[in-house]
Amino acid sequence: MTASVSAKPVARRRSRAKSGFAPSPYILREALAKGDVLTRLSAVVFGLGNIARKQYLKGLIYLAGEIGFIVFMVRSGATNLSKLPSLGDVEQRKVKINGFWKYEAGDNSVVILLYGVATVCIIILFLMWWRLSVTSAYKAQVLAKSEGRAPTLSAELHDLLDGNIQRTLMFLPTVGIAVFTVLPLIFMISMAFTNYDSNHVTLFDWVGLENFKLLFSSNSGADISLSTFGSVLGWTLIWAFFATFLNFFLGMFMAMIINRRTTRFKGFWRAIFSLSIAVPQFVSLLVMRTMLQPTGAINRLLMEWGWTTGPLPFFTDATWARVTVIVINLWVGIPFTIMQITGILQNVPAELYEASKVDGANWWQTFTHVTMPYIIFVLTPYLITTFTGNVNNFNVIYLLSGGDPTPVGATAGKTDLLITWLYKLTVDRNNYNLGAVIGILTFVVLAVVSLITYRNSGSYKNEEGFR
Amino acid sequence: MSNASKKAVSVSSGQGAQPAHHTYKRRVAADIVVHVFLAVMAVIWVLPIIWVVLESLNKNTAPYTNTFFPTEYTFDNYIKLFTQTGVLNFPKMFMNTFIVACFCCVISMFFVLSVAYCMSRLRFRMRRTFMNVALILGMFPSIMSVIAIYFILKALGLTQGHTVLIALILVYSAGSGAGFYVMKGYMDTIPMSLDEAAMIDGCTRWQVFTKIIIPISKPMLVYQAITSFLGPWLDFVVAKAIARTQENYTVALGLYLMLSKEYIDDWYARFAAGAVCVSIPIAILFIVMQRYYQESMSGAVKG
Repeated sequence: MTASVSAKPVARRRSRAKSGFAPSPYILREALAKGDVLTRLSAVVFGLGNIARKQYLKGLIYLAGEIGFIVFMVRSGATNLSKLPSLGDVEQRKVKINGFWKYEAGDNSVVILLYGVATVCIIILFLMWWRLSVTSAYKAQVLAKSEGRAPTLSAELHDLLDGNIQRTLMFLPTVGIAVFTVLPLIFMISMAFTNYDSNHVTLFDWVGLENFKLLFSSNSGADISLSTFGSVLGWTLIWAFFATFLNFFLGMFMAMIINRRTTRFKGFWRAIFSLSIAVPQFVSLLVMRTMLQPTGAINRLLMEWGWTTGPLPFFTDATWARVTVIVINLWVGIPFTIMQITGILQNVPAELYEASKVDGANWWQTFTHVTMPYIIFVLTPYLITTFTGNVNNFNVIYLLSGGDPTPVGATAGKTDLLITWLYKLTVDRNNYNLGAVIGILTFVVLAVVSLITYRNSGSYKNEEGFR
Repeated sequence: MSNASKKAVSVSSGQGAQPAHHTYKRRVAADIVVHVFLAVMAVIWVLPIIWVVLESLNKNTAPYTNTFFPTEYTFDNYIKLFTQTGVLNFPKMFMNTFIVACFCCVISMFFVLSVAYCMSRLRFRMRRTFMNVALILGMFPSIMSVIAIYFILKALGLTQGHTVLIALILVYSAGSGAGFYVMKGYMDTIPMSLDEAAMIDGCTRWQVFTKIIIPISKPMLVYQAITSFLGPWLDFVVAKAIARTQENYTVALGLYLMLSKEYIDDWYARFAAGAVCVSIPIAILFIVMQRYYQESMSGAVKG
């Protein structure tokens, strides 16, 4: 809605102060309280109020939405919902028809769950549609009264390219996010509360918090237990911390060295380091992996030179493997940091440097009070995304070490992150429920860490700080 | 080493409190240390790349040879890679990836631009909500939804034959609207006065978007275009979950397959050749992108 003055701003004062504009006066409560018969009837027959105020097309669109929803619910929505609580319990049967055994398809819980979740989402969308239709009818009523008639079609269309352009522009992206990001997530999250594992492939049931209990049990023989989870989580955090901050500081260090006044061939150095960005990450990781095998190129080279007697245990010893993945991740990540920080360094307002020089600051003071704050301001969101990206860094671990070394009988290796563990549990072992539990907990960890940092960062609090 | 280099930094931006010739000597020493350090680092960074290039020309196609660098060179690996398509059809994979990447690029450009514009220039209800939701969604492990996405695509009937390519395009681009942060950050540096001036002159917000914001955002636009074009080339996990038959493989899957146990003995050199073939176009795009990226990092409006 466009900015307008509200008569009842009290409840929304906070959000208004934050976003800097007034909420719309056409809210549902007002519509139901002050609307006339037509407006109230619009809650039953969508678009009625709009059609009565000569907004024919708009009214018909609302109506079409309602009819579409009813048709959908009658044809499949109701069945989907009714099966959701049980997740289906008809097993596949063999039936003898005309002397031949035929398979009669039973219920498939995954499909039931997916359709059920989708139906719930559609119902939520429908409720929003209902609200929209009622408020729109109320708006038409108010405007018809105050201005003689409700906005015409062309005025509304023009508004969609001007005052309310966000609706036009955001529509498709939001739909995309809803269908391919939000829906799958809800679907997977609901799996955490079922027993969808390798023993229940087609038919499974809701089990409530069983899986979470399993995770926090100390049963060390199971696929998943507190001690395994604890060690994987610990390593994930260590990994993410080192991968993010070593990359950041070493990258910054290199960028500043290259950026020194007296360093020569600046362009050449930058080109060399960006060369490795140009090689697709999975290629360089796979190459590194083969090079670091016990019989790989590096070990051969070291033995040929007589530096080592036997192959070094790059991926076979836990500590070696952990250091190796961190170091190789430095190789992958530092060029990106150099690229980014070089750009930012050139962009630090020169008058800040001049001012600090006039004030007699030495290089360290300049660095801590001018350069760093600027870099941090610009890069905080980037650092947070890198941190979350590293917690979820599937590629480096999976392609490099594959989580190895894995102790016998364990489901998680010594270099497995939560994310690769999740992958192994779901894809290799078909324990979708446990995978979903791990996914949820990963999210919780990330959300806590990053929301706290992000909300306290300068670039969130003060979006327009450097505008 | 780091100590010496730190000193180097200190001298470079030093204030000249010491006698002049002393400073000069220290600077020269620091310069030498810095250049040696950079040279060593450069070797570390370049060596694996050179190794891949040489390996792609290796006459011996087996993975684990006795020497670090190949002993005999040939161009056969490249020729075989593109002509012997019976076992692994690399040209087909290349085309698949190319098609997906092109569509992806266009769609996600549009999505990212639209969302970034709305988030940066407009103030409307749900804006903060949307930004927070996008942030939160980014924190869910992507792998978690990949399996669910596969089920959804199956329900939509997009997991058979050539529809898989459509599925890949959808998956790569549909959620891209949530990745608006970089673009938004850039648009935040464009002064609001430009918008206001245009609107006083009678522009609608749509015209402001197409005639002012998009042209000014060109450096970042190129960056965005190239990143989304590169997505399908670099992605491995999503493709693996969705493209399950070889005819729909992207290059990443193909190259990974070449290193699996059944293929590695015959295909290792061809893997290197394939890697080089994929890297060259990507490298060119990256060089272009870097120029625009640095340009965009130096701010939208100069002066």
